[in-house]
Amino acid sequence: MAHSEADVLAGLAELVNEETGIAADLVQPEKSFTDDLDIDSISMMTIVVNAEDKFDVKIPDEEVTNLVTVKDAVDFIVGAQG
Amino acid sequence: MGILEGKKILITGVLTEASIAYTAARIAQEQGAEVILSSFGRMLPITEKMSSRLPKKAEVIELDATDPEHLAKLSERVGEHFDSLDGIVHAIAFAPQSALGGNFLQTEWSDVSNAVEVSAYSLKSITAALQDKLNNPSSVVGLTFDASLSWPVYDWMGVAKAAFESTSRYLARYLGAEGIRVNLVSAGPLRTTAAKGIPGFATMEELWTDRAPLGWNLTDTEPAAKAIIALLSDFFPATTGEIVHVDGGLHSTGA
Repeated sequence: MAHSEADVLAGLAELVNEETGIAADLVQPEKSFTDDLDIDSISMMTIVVNAEDKFDVKIPDEEVTNLVTVKDAVDFIVGAQG
Repeated sequence: MGILEGKKILITGVLTEASIAYTAARIAQEQGAEVILSSFGRMLPITEKMSSRLPKKAEVIELDATDPEHLAKLSERVGEHFDSLDGIVHAIAFAPQSALGGNFLQTEWSDVSNAVEVSAYSLKSITAALQDKLNNPSSVVGLTFDASLSWPVYDWMGVAKAAFESTSRYLARYLGAEGIRVNLVSAGPLRTTAAKGIPGFATMEELWTDRAPLGWNLTDTEPAAKAIIALLSDFFPATTGEIVHVDGGLHSTGA
C-alpha cells in the first residue's frame, strides 16, 4: 500500500527517534540529517535500512548521499513506492 | 552443485547490500555454502537486517576484531553454529579521518596504529582465534587495495594495507602446514560504505575508469566477490600467500 507524504514523514520521524532519541516532532522536512539533527553515518545507515523495511522500498547506497534533508528522504521514499 | 557445496564459512564485514562481503555471502550461499556473519556494536543490527536479505538468513555473531574478550570467545561462538570451518572472509578495515584524504604528514601515531590494528593485525587475530576450528584444507580470504604503490588520498590506509598484505604472507607461511591457505583479493575502487568514508575517493575512481584495460564498474561488487568465492573453493588448492588482482587489469599498466 502506498504511503502518503505525511505518513512517510511521521514514519521516518519515528525511526529517527528510535535510533537517536531525537524527539519525533523535531524531525521536520527542512532539517538536515547531519547539520541539524546531528545524525552520524552509522545511525543514518540504520535509519535507511529500517525505512526500506518499513516502507517496502529500496534506497540504493549511492542515493543515500543525496538525502541531505528530511524532505529529500520523504520525496525519495514516496517516489520509490511501487 | 555449487563450488562451495557443504562448506562452512564465516564472513565478516557485511554492512550494506553494497558491501563486497554481502555479495560474497550471497554467492557463497548460491554455491552451496553455509554462512555465518560477524559484526559488532552499532553495526550489529544493520548486519542482522542485511542477513535477512540473503537467499538464506545467516546467523550473526558479535565480533569486534580488536576486543581480546571477543577474540577469546570467537571459537566458542562459531562452535555454536559450526563444528568446524572451511573458510573465513576478512572484510574489515578502518582508519580515522585524520589518516585519510591528504593529511598524511600530520597524522598522529595513535591514529595510524588504530588503522593498522583494525585493518591489518585483525587478519592475524581472527585467523589465530579460529585456528582450532579451521579444517585441513581451508581458506582464509581478505580484501586489499594494491599497497605496492602509493595512491591519492588513501594515505595511512595504504600503509595499513601494506601491513595487511604482509600479514597474509606470514600467515600463509605459518599455517601452510595445517592446510590453511591465506590469500587476498585486490579489488579496484568500489562505492562501498568503506569507500564513502575516504575523502577525495572520486580521484581514484577516475583513475580506474580511464585506465583499466577491461574498464571498471564502480558499483559492481560481483567480480571481487566471485574471486573471493573461487579462492574459498577447492579450485585453488596449491595457492597461498597470493594476491589476486580484480581491478580490470589496472595494476598491469604503467600509465
